[in-house]
Amino acid sequence: MTEVLAASRIPLENYAEVVGAGEIEELRALAKPLRGRSIEMINSTAVGGGVAEILNRLVPLAEELDLGIRWDVMKGAEEFFDVTKSFHNALHGEPYCPKPKDFEIFLSYNERNRASLPRDAEFMVIHDPQPAALIEGRPPGTNHWVWRCHIDLSHPNPAVWDFLEKFVTRYDAAMFSSPEFSRQLSIPQYLFYPAIDPLSEKNCPLDSEFIQQVLQRYQIDPQRAILTQISRFDRLKDPVGVIRAYRIVKRYFDCQLVLAGGSASDDPEGALVLKDVLRAAEHDPDIKILELPAWAPLEVNALQRASTIVVQKSLREGFGLTVSEALWKKKPVVASAVGGIPTQIIHKHTGLLAHSVEGTAYQIRFLLSHPEIAAKLGEHGHEHVKENFLITQKLKRYLALFLVLDRR
Amino acid sequence: MNVAETPFDFVTASYLTRIGTPSAGTLAELLTGLENCSDASIFHHTFQTLGVHHFLTKGFSNDFAQWTLASVNRNDLAEQLAALDIRDYTAIAALRSDLCRMVRDFCEAHPQFASQTGLERFYFCESVEVTVPLGRSARTLDEFREGLEHLSHAGFYFHFISSRLRLQLQTNDFSIWLSSSLGLRTLADSFNHIDVYTNTLDSARAKMLRLIDRERRKA
Repeated sequence: MTEVLAASRIPLENYAEVVGAGEIEELRALAKPLRGRSIEMINSTAVGGGVAEILNRLVPLAEELDLGIRWDVMKGAEEFFDVTKSFHNALHGEPYCPKPKDFEIFLSYNERNRASLPRDAEFMVIHDPQPAALIEGRPPGTNHWVWRCHIDLSHPNPAVWDFLEKFVTRYDAAMFSSPEFSRQLSIPQYLFYPAIDPLSEKNCPLDSEFIQQVLQRYQIDPQRAILTQISRFDRLKDPVGVIRAYRIVKRYFDCQLVLAGGSASDDPEGALVLKDVLRAAEHDPDIKILELPAWAPLEVNALQRASTIVVQKSLREGFGLTVSEALWKKKPVVASAVGGIPTQIIHKHTGLLAHSVEGTAYQIRFLLSHPEIAAKLGEHGHEHVKENFLITQKLKRYLALFLVLDRR
Repeated sequence: MNVAETPFDFVTASYLTRIGTPSAGTLAELLTGLENCSDASIFHHTFQTLGVHHFLTKGFSNDFAQWTLASVNRNDLAEQLAALDIRDYTAIAALRSDLCRMVRDFCEAHPQFASQTGLERFYFCESVEVTVPLGRSARTLDEFREGLEHLSHAGFYFHFISSRLRLQLQTNDFSIWLSSSLGLRTLADSFNHIDVYTNTLDSARAKMLRLIDRERRKA
């Protein structure tokens, strides 16, 4: 195990401006009975990926509330991460025939990490499948172990899930991002939404001058409607479907389409998808395909803020936090009803859901024709995120969970 | 200025959502779920959801109505379910009974829609409540105003909306205290008449603060 020192240091008080002083007072009140109690967060990576991003924000905030929180990441060699990558894909439903050796590798690295675990905290929070077997060494006693699963377990590969379930059911509780992602388990399961940080570079307020500069850099015309999808170049995000929807809309409205995602240069599958996207775009000057370096958070922020409508036309989705990012910026969103998206888009209240290319195009046209409704959806979407999907709400959920576990 | 013998203790409540095992894909399955789910589940999808979605002041009432509209596309039943006003209920059993009656009547009248599969499934969940004192109390109207102004949404919701079930009365914590401890019956009634369906938690609170200010000016 290696301890991680979180990089982000935004004082809790700074969030009062965003969520209100009452919410911060509430966090302090909830944390009071937990002051000085030990909490251990364990996952498999300190950088990259949503879990690390959230822990980087969450851990310092919990420290400010005087909780004895610590974050450690597992140590593992290539063979371990190869196995856990295969497990991850298999749990998402991809075909996979695990060999006995795979399970042995998984268990041996869990055992080694267990041996170097610095302490048994009062609350052990284990993230995702990689460290799930750490519970094997759970001492008989009074501490609480919970498993936070960030992936969709609705259609898991049975061999991998059967293996994992033996460990999961030894926890005191499991947390999932959506009810749809959960399993029938003998332990309590709680809904824990992922969260965005309103003060991070990806979501903080921006000067209109900077936004204009970004538009200029990518030759996007601010005077015409801008439809945007932010996501990596992945078939499951259906970028070609977005282009097809845009073409239908384009028959009736003068608009531009921005497809922006991380660079596909080191991802062979991504590079193939990007090729398909470029082919589908047919050199249309109003389609901007942007490969952003390492996700360039400020640029993503600017593109979202400059958009007339944000689209998330995924075929499958985890939680889809890009939807919350857009809603936070008061943008009307048209998105597919998959994964965690319907939790964020309450149809006709905080955005519009669609189930096809034609449906997506229809909803976009509707919003372009009714800007006042689009604005209202954006406002409601912002409030929805404020109530449910901000990092402060996530912290509150953890505090409530620890109090519930403690009272059992 | 009146000083209450019994202080108003401000509390905050946090809610964990526990995922239940049943889910429904059709109206017939929704009915089975409604008949068998826990009280905490009925509470979650009616009372709790109103608190979480307080900013939707037009057309959103409860999760059952929203699912019936958005996933099953039955506007007629959705309208009936949305018309249920949680302020009329001081016990979950009565609320459950009315929800079941509406869905059952609809399924009997329109059997062709009862087994029609919705676009998304409905997942029954439960609310697990955690309350903690805020360490703030009031004995006078001024102190009460101060506490009310600084209350979080969850705390406000706890005292103003979910209190009905706890008290089993058609009123709320604020009104009871104003009336019984400060003798301000008119103010208490005005609080209780604020519509939680057409106000956000913030606008309801703003109305209360204005009512208090008017009361203070009278004094």
